[in-house]
Amino acid sequence: MRLSYPPNVKIVKVPCTGRVDIIHVMKAFENGADGVYLVGCLEGDCHFLVGNVRARRRVEYVKRLLDECGVGGDRVAMYNMSSAEGQRFAEAAREVTEKIRGLGPNPAKSAKS
Amino acid sequence: MIVANRKPFEEIIGMLKPYARILLLGCNECVTVCATGGAKEVAVLASEIRLFRAKEGVPAEIKEVTLERNCDPEYVETLKPFIDDCDVILSMACGCGIQFVGEHYRNRIVLPAVDTTFDGVTEQHGVWAERCQGCGNCVLDRTLGICPVTRCAKSIFNGPCGGSQGGVCEVNKDAPCAWQLIVDRYKEMGMLDRYLEIQPIKDWSTSRDGGPRKRIREDLKI
Amino acid sequence: MSTGSNLEKVLKNGNFAVTSECGPPRGADPEAVKKKGAFLSGYVDAVNVTDNQTSVVRMSSLSACLILRSMGFDPVMQMVCRDRNRIAIQSDILGAAALGVSNILCLSGDHQKFGDHPTAKNVFDIDSMQLIQCVRQMVDDGRFLSGEEIKGRPNLFVGCAENPFADPFEIRAMRLAKKAKAGAQFVQTQCVFNVEKFGKWMEMVRDLNVHEKVYILAGITPMKSVGMAKYMKNSVPGMDVPDDLIKRMQQTPKEKQAEEGIKICLETIEKVRGIKGVSGIHIMAIEWEQMVPEIVRSAGLYPRPQP
Repeated sequence: MRLSYPPNVKIVKVPCTGRVDIIHVMKAFENGADGVYLVGCLEGDCHFLVGNVRARRRVEYVKRLLDECGVGGDRVAMYNMSSAEGQRFAEAAREVTEKIRGLGPNPAKSAKS
Repeated sequence: MIVANRKPFEEIIGMLKPYARILLLGCNECVTVCATGGAKEVAVLASEIRLFRAKEGVPAEIKEVTLERNCDPEYVETLKPFIDDCDVILSMACGCGIQFVGEHYRNRIVLPAVDTTFDGVTEQHGVWAERCQGCGNCVLDRTLGICPVTRCAKSIFNGPCGGSQGGVCEVNKDAPCAWQLIVDRYKEMGMLDRYLEIQPIKDWSTSRDGGPRKRIREDLKI
Repeated sequence: MSTGSNLEKVLKNGNFAVTSECGPPRGADPEAVKKKGAFLSGYVDAVNVTDNQTSVVRMSSLSACLILRSMGFDPVMQMVCRDRNRIAIQSDILGAAALGVSNILCLSGDHQKFGDHPTAKNVFDIDSMQLIQCVRQMVDDGRFLSGEEIKGRPNLFVGCAENPFADPFEIRAMRLAKKAKAGAQFVQTQCVFNVEKFGKWMEMVRDLNVHEKVYILAGITPMKSVGMAKYMKNSVPGMDVPDDLIKRMQQTPKEKQAEEGIKICLETIEKVRGIKGVSGIHIMAIEWEQMVPEIVRSAGLYPRPQP
């Protein structure tokens, strides 16, 4: 199954989405990302019990922060899927890419350049 | 611990408008425990400010410093090396810390990034609630550990008022009625007869009403 | 020492007392007070004047008391602890007594959150229980809370309120006992819709022998419509409106609901009169003062004893 997904998606591997902190997402935007999304295991299937549930709540929180500072909370998303769902992974990558393309570049980055 | 809420971003960014170099100050004590102004929250707010200012085309230079405590001179003095390089100090410490830093560095303005709210406890992870108003004249012996001054919306000493229903305060449905708690506690301890004692009028002069308060222990003075 | 209070006289003479209330206007027009008062003239033994009830700014209780007094009423000045500290409270008590007010009703006061100035700072220096003690100390001992002597002591008949329907129910009679111990001479209760629960409360009150110490006036409120009944049940804290009462209003055609409301009110009066220890009723006809004469007449409580 050689699935392709948009090359602009850069994957940062973490042991669990529960490891992702608010500041990690914020830093990604400071460093020029146009969008960030988390891909966690299906809810109820977390190896660390509730890491993915916590991640979802943090995504909601960081959306508010990004709305406040004008970057836009729409640039963040959370997906849940199992490791067997390669097809869905590629779909999510395309979906996010399309959405972010619609939103245009990260406004904090474009002002800088 | 002292509990605070972060101010709305719009208010913070408005206060910062005239300044380019910002010393963003956190505190490792209470505001860290209530997840308002510790090193983590300092980093997130700094990031938000940088993103906003970059978007506006007026970049901000932010130095992030989190002190062990903002209410003790020995820690506040360690800020000295950073003062000259900033235009303003934005503090995420409680109201005490904000004022105390300002008293030490009189050539800089200290702006509040948080609204200090109450003295409270962690009821559960992510939930903090008020317990003490520091009235200076504790009555917890008489009310078996539940403070009517703090936990009753009317601070009444001979409650409950007519607005107590289903154990909940009429002012805030998320707050238990303090007097329901007190009566329950009397019953629990087999002391319901204590309820019949009329609590006397309180001396508020030990509270804020008597003016700013100070505590001195001569033996500890240097 | 008896006061100049007509209410006190009526109660002491063993008559079943009738009081009502008058909410002062949200303005400076004295005619608004007089208009409401005119409905009640001759039908009540005393008129309560609310003190910025539900924390909405209105003409002061004392001022409206004086307007009603000039019309021949015996006003009951309601006083809440929300807006005054002990200095202002004692000062207003002296002023009221000086101007001929003979009754005071001591209340904690609704929280300002429910009013038109929710951002106000509240006072609550003392509570209703302590306010009762304060007035009695001024009246009986002729002393201020500070202990200093009052030159020209006030003379007032002291009342309080109690809500038999609020929680925790088991201490509601005890709370009245406390108020009696503090020095309350009469009590006006929260609106009685749930007569059965009121009866239970009275039983507890009698067990504590409180009915021998304070005159108990049951609160009576006629309901205009099923909408009002539902509002009272769901939106007014501490109000107990039984479901069968709402059902009864619901089953009545809209144009007859007011009539049915009065009928229910008269039945309630009849029932509470039969409860041992009830010395009178306090009719709170909210924005419906014009119905008070009919209620008093139909309940067989007219004419009132001559002042």
